[in-house]
Amino acid sequence: MGSFLTMGATAPFVIFLAGAILATATRGHIRSVIMLAVPLVGAYNLYSMPDGFVMIGMLFDYRFDILRLDKLSLLFGYLFHLAAFLGIVFSLHLRDTTQHVSGLLYAGSALGAVFAGDLITLFVFWELLAVTSAFLILARRTERARRAAMRYLIIQVLSGVILLAGALIWIDAVGNTDFGQIGLHDPATAKGLGSWLIFIAFGIKCCFPMLHNWLTDAYPEATPTGTVFLSAFTTKVAVYALARSYAGTEILVYIGATMAMFPIFFAVIENDLRRVLAYSLINQVGFMVCGIGIGTALAVNGAVSHAFNDVVFKGLLFMSMGAVLYRTNKINGSELGGLYKSMPWTTGFCIVGAASISAFPLFSGFVSKSMVMVAALEHGYSWVWLALLFASAGVFHHAGIKIPFFAFFAHDSGIRCKEAPLNMLIAMGLSAAICIFNGSYPWVLYSMLPFPVEYAPYTWAHVLTQSQLLFFSALAFCWLKLSGIYPPELPSVNIDAEVVYRKLFPALIRGTGGVIAAVDGAVRMATLRMLDGCIREIRRHHGPEGFMAKTLHLSSMVFWVVAALAFVLVLNFAHF
Amino acid sequence: MADKDQTHVFDNPRNVKRVIWALYALCGTSALLDFVIHRHVDHPWESTVFFYCIYGFVACVLLVLAAKEMRKVLMRDEDYYEKDAD
Repeated sequence: MGSFLTMGATAPFVIFLAGAILATATRGHIRSVIMLAVPLVGAYNLYSMPDGFVMIGMLFDYRFDILRLDKLSLLFGYLFHLAAFLGIVFSLHLRDTTQHVSGLLYAGSALGAVFAGDLITLFVFWELLAVTSAFLILARRTERARRAAMRYLIIQVLSGVILLAGALIWIDAVGNTDFGQIGLHDPATAKGLGSWLIFIAFGIKCCFPMLHNWLTDAYPEATPTGTVFLSAFTTKVAVYALARSYAGTEILVYIGATMAMFPIFFAVIENDLRRVLAYSLINQVGFMVCGIGIGTALAVNGAVSHAFNDVVFKGLLFMSMGAVLYRTNKINGSELGGLYKSMPWTTGFCIVGAASISAFPLFSGFVSKSMVMVAALEHGYSWVWLALLFASAGVFHHAGIKIPFFAFFAHDSGIRCKEAPLNMLIAMGLSAAICIFNGSYPWVLYSMLPFPVEYAPYTWAHVLTQSQLLFFSALAFCWLKLSGIYPPELPSVNIDAEVVYRKLFPALIRGTGGVIAAVDGAVRMATLRMLDGCIREIRRHHGPEGFMAKTLHLSSMVFWVVAALAFVLVLNFAHF
Repeated sequence: MADKDQTHVFDNPRNVKRVIWALYALCGTSALLDFVIHRHVDHPWESTVFFYCIYGFVACVLLVLAAKEMRKVLMRDEDYYEKDAD
């Protein structure tokens, strides 16, 4: 490891790549030490870089900006090192090389993407994110997970292909490869087409409405530790990319508000608790997208700081559900309950995560989400603000109450298991500590934000209004539950936009496939019958018994020649 | 396992009741504080008394009722997608 330090600063993904190679070659405690060292060495490497540091690579005549350091990329850089460290601690009990190595490579790819200074470098890491992360789903080693991983991979690679197409058109139109402010332009022009294609590519990874199902499909199918990694990187790279290139694009305000709203309805009726969290992940990303769309200093600060907090508290929630899945082999709300008796520490940490995502005062969500909401009000987006307020109450309902309630309390499922392994508890404990620290003392986080912060989260009004919103949401849950109105957890699947490519397309292909097969069969049969007829005819004349293939005696041959001559002679007589 | 017979804190219904009463108390106190603390408002709707209390409660009830209705349309068997995948 030392060599990286003495070399001076190196590109962050290189450290993770080296770590992945070393992890492949080692086992047991040595591998654990190497894996823990990777994000620590990486963070030190980042710390030692001077402000505005740039690293350039050359391939033939092409220049690649492999590393560009500014406040925005640095914040995400530290965040991804932190997320990688927490994820690695959480997965130390594993003896699975696939998961360890792909986890490191995936984190490294995310770092490569946020430090990319040009669109081509971004594209390379964009695709690497897809490929490396798919193994975290495949590592579940079930047929169901394999299918989900393939669907995930197809959509992620599609996003990459659209990004490449858009980037090439954009680069050709503007004359440089810079990964900077893009904004949306008239799609009739080449520049506009490029900008829209890049926007859609970012939108797929960011889970724009109708493009979001890859996440709710694949994340809950990954391994207990894999989902913790997955929840941290892909969507946050997309949030970073939007903040970098589309800040102030108004359509994002409405896209973000929609993203914050619609998943909470699905989350309420979803039975798989990790899928509930997947929906709530989209809901939280909605707040960030909305902030980026508003585009002011306060709003972008809010979006970025919320991304930071979300990685930690959503990671913590996925960790607690991962621990439950690991210990009980169950994750459906309908099968769980009463686990606080067996897993008290996990229960406690889960509640901290739940309080943080719900934005309780003193917990991390409180100091970041409200920045976006205040910015929405300040810029006259009253209806968007109401939608976000609705989503805030809703997130408390499904992630803040439902997750801990159905897993750890509710009716006693009778399951008695061991508490989560020590490494999982440490990872959850560290995450919980960060949630409380950022919530109670936000100024460290604020100092890292891209714009100077003038926002004061702890005013009497903010504390009171947020508490009222949450207490009365809890009261609503309580009332609905006690009166029996609350829908029970049922083993089921809820149809979402994915029905188009998981049900309709296959049915359509089967349907049109049937027609094509019938026409194709008929044409083949007719052709074969025609050929058969020809062959039969040829055989009749030229086959062994055929007239044309008959062998004749020489004398009969002479006879026929003479006969022919005689015929000619007769004709001649007739002539004369 | 041994601790199956052990009683835990919420096995006693009185403790569950206590939690619910604590929630009522918190709701009541926070609502009353609306009269004590002068709230800075960015929007006229916010200045309505108990705005956040009512909005939080109504939003959650509507959310659950709407989600229940959605279930009637969207809910399928667990193996819905696997059924004809092969």
